[in-house]
Amino acid sequence: MSTTLVSRSERPPAAAGPSARRLTERAFRIRESGIIVVLAVFVAVTASVQPRFLNITNIQFILINTTVFALLALGETMVVISRNYDLSVGSVLGLSAYLSANLFGQHHGIPIVAVFLAGLGIGLACGLLNGIMVSAGRVPSLVVTLATLYIFRGVDILIVGGKEVVASSLPSAFLDIPKATVFGIPDLAIAIAVVIGIGAYYLRSFRSGRELYAIGSNPDAARLAGIPTGRRVFMAFMVSGAIAGVAGVLWAAQYGTVDSTAGTGYELQVISAVVVGGVAIFGGSGSAVGAALGALLLNTISSALYVLGISPFWDQAIWGFLLIVAISVDRFISVRLTAALRVRGARHE
Amino acid sequence: MDQASAGFPGDQAGENAGPVTAGSEDAAGSEDAAGTPGQSSGDAAGPPGQSSGDAAGPPGQSLRGAARAPGGVSGPAPVLVLSHAAKSFGAVQALLDGSIELHPGEVHALVGENGAGKSTLVKILAGVYQPDAGALLVDGQEVTLHSPAMALAAGIAVIYQEPALFPDLTVAENMFIGRQPLRAGRRIDRRAMRAEAAAIFARLGVQLDPARIARGLSIADQQVVEIGKAISLEARVIVMDEPTAALSAAEVDRLFDVVRALSTSGTAILFISHRLEEVFALCQRVTVMRDGRQVLTQRLDGLTAGDLVRAMVGRELAERPAEAHGTPGESLLSVQRLTREGVFIDISLTVRAGEIVALAGLVGSGRSEVARAIFGIDRYDAGSVTVRGQELRRGSPVGAMAAGVGFVPEDRRQQGLVMDMSVQQNIALASLQRLRHAGLIRAAAERALASDWVDRLKIKYGRLKDPVSTLSGGNQQKVVLAKWLGRKPAVLIVDEPTRGIDVATKAEVHHLLLQLARDGVGILMISSELPEVLRVSDRILVMREGRLMAEFAQADASEEEILSAATGQAPPSDAPSPGAPPARPSEAPARRAGD
Repeated sequence: MSTTLVSRSERPPAAAGPSARRLTERAFRIRESGIIVVLAVFVAVTASVQPRFLNITNIQFILINTTVFALLALGETMVVISRNYDLSVGSVLGLSAYLSANLFGQHHGIPIVAVFLAGLGIGLACGLLNGIMVSAGRVPSLVVTLATLYIFRGVDILIVGGKEVVASSLPSAFLDIPKATVFGIPDLAIAIAVVIGIGAYYLRSFRSGRELYAIGSNPDAARLAGIPTGRRVFMAFMVSGAIAGVAGVLWAAQYGTVDSTAGTGYELQVISAVVVGGVAIFGGSGSAVGAALGALLLNTISSALYVLGISPFWDQAIWGFLLIVAISVDRFISVRLTAALRVRGARHE
Repeated sequence: MDQASAGFPGDQAGENAGPVTAGSEDAAGSEDAAGTPGQSSGDAAGPPGQSSGDAAGPPGQSLRGAARAPGGVSGPAPVLVLSHAAKSFGAVQALLDGSIELHPGEVHALVGENGAGKSTLVKILAGVYQPDAGALLVDGQEVTLHSPAMALAAGIAVIYQEPALFPDLTVAENMFIGRQPLRAGRRIDRRAMRAEAAAIFARLGVQLDPARIARGLSIADQQVVEIGKAISLEARVIVMDEPTAALSAAEVDRLFDVVRALSTSGTAILFISHRLEEVFALCQRVTVMRDGRQVLTQRLDGLTAGDLVRAMVGRELAERPAEAHGTPGESLLSVQRLTREGVFIDISLTVRAGEIVALAGLVGSGRSEVARAIFGIDRYDAGSVTVRGQELRRGSPVGAMAAGVGFVPEDRRQQGLVMDMSVQQNIALASLQRLRHAGLIRAAAERALASDWVDRLKIKYGRLKDPVSTLSGGNQQKVVLAKWLGRKPAVLIVDEPTRGIDVATKAEVHHLLLQLARDGVGILMISSELPEVLRVSDRILVMREGRLMAEFAQADASEEEILSAATGQAPPSDAPSPGAPPARPSEAPARRAGD
């Protein structure tokens, strides 16, 4: 018996393996490069019809518009990877946008940093509520965040009433945040890109990040493996809430005028971006970079339609169409990949 | 039955085959056996049931220092001792007296019939269940395992028949999740992780790429990943719960190589299998369980498959039914060469009016799948199902029902009943067509139908409007039966009709089935309980690994023969072996019934 063992282990381990790995990696590269290809095609087609699309102002406009969504998509990615959903991000954003921007009117000369911290705090509080109900209360996140979507929005409406924060009450330094650029690229877009990069690196290279994938991939097995699933999911909701809070402040800086409708409907747009960006809707796979690219793609399409003079009513139809394409592509890749891996797995007998 | 009357752990007085523990090879070890010499087991190596079987001694004592670890890699002290563990779930005593002792480097087999308590014992070792009584010692230290994570920390790893991996993560991550090697800044060191995984696979002599994702791995490879994980955790006890059930022959060989490599390096392995030839090929010692008790622990050297089967069956043979069977009439259900790829092959059988045909075999042999295919729940690839001369459409339960087939599924809570609906509604569920008037269900007719059947089946209930979930298991099962009887089926398929119900109700269900048969219904019954099979049925078909292996008339069948056909082992007696490969019942060398 030991002779068979020796003779077997003398062969280089995993002889057939690398091809399976390459296949896997290629599939993932295809998934993200796919978004870039679609993006490039869209930009090229639009620019050929309407060259104005590629002028610097429009590109800046698209990037700035994307920042809030890309940021929200990062938080949502962490939640979706763990096989949960955060539907409350739009409401958290609205609540945070009003309450934080309102601080400028109430406390003259308040530092901008303090306003951002206030937005962060509001977001954390909302995330705490979601996280506790999902992790400790064991209520499905779809239900919890659907409820808090209405609750947070209701609180927002109660506080704001018919009022609104107007740009004139905000300090110009605050309103200038989205306008600053380096070499024509908005500072804010660079900052957000860095944040997303950090988030993606965290998910990829830290134990707690990988455990989010494990939980989404097989929740029961995660529990059996001793992963603190409740704590990890709770943290994902906290991060998602905190990000939505900060995004609310950025939203206020970007638009200047905040009423009780700020961020309405964003949750579905963000989830669309995440799914188009290749994050599996039932958890377990996907990346924050892909989700950010998804957000960029959807915003580019909106802008392209505007520039081409196509009715914005088409916007939502095209988003929906892209969503179906994305899900079909994922399904196709997953089926093909599974079949291919199975064949390769069988071959190394 | 046996279980219910069997008292509590430790109460073995009067059992004719109490626990016998023997380390036959090295009787000299008894000199350092703690405790009384009378409990030393060196002289108890004879066939089970014949030994004097001093049942009082805890196996932990009688074996200490006795059986040396095969290969002599490690010291003689057992790495794991479970003594007199008991576990009950409500009124069901799943484990009465589970004892097992594992030495470093040994491959120890655990065998027993379905329901003997093996799975419960495994789950206790895995930290999934906490025993009601008994002690678990790891390295001589008593431990309490409150969770699977604690079992892993104590060095006990369990490889299940179908492992639960993370399909989206890589093989290496599946092995190291939560414990990935780190580099500066607490970041995961992927390269080191893959290298460690590759080193473990090399040690096991298997080829598996640590960097590929787990999705698409064969079950055999998934098990290897779990074994690799156990090694990386430095588990000293690896429990394998029927690992070979879903493997091909080549995969089984590879698994055996892996297991031998593990045992050479001093890991103790508890190997559970229904295939006795595997037990003899791989293991050094065996523990047999029966009715929730450990009945035999012995070296395999002096044993035959027949000894093991006898020890597994062991119990007093059930008394034959007093009720007469009717003479079978015309053929009602005829199944011709039914095949579903990878599940069952070439199944042909007939059920005649007034006849009860049992489909016996181990769990996983494909019995339920055949039943589901006949009723049209599952698809099949080839063959035909004919009811009263009319061929059924594939995959159409509605068609099967219209042809007069009823189906009482295995899992009544999930498949047989709508638990939140009332007793009355559940009974009426299969007869709605008949109760309908102008598209509406007439409540009065529904109630009449239900109250008729609850009387006839003696169902105990509060009110007909109570949710069926408030009934006891036995009465729930009767409700499922009533649901189908309300349709007056020509053919009734019952899958494990008495699982988990009490003795008295069980007898009533048996009586009911026999009565139905006398009324001319053809019954196909799937059951894992051999006494039930022998008591109720006219003919017994035995399946193994998706094939029909043997057919017995009731008068000719014995538990030993059925079990032999089901496990593929030669019967202990001089009876002809029904285990030969040709699968068609018409060709099977067993005695035929009725003709």
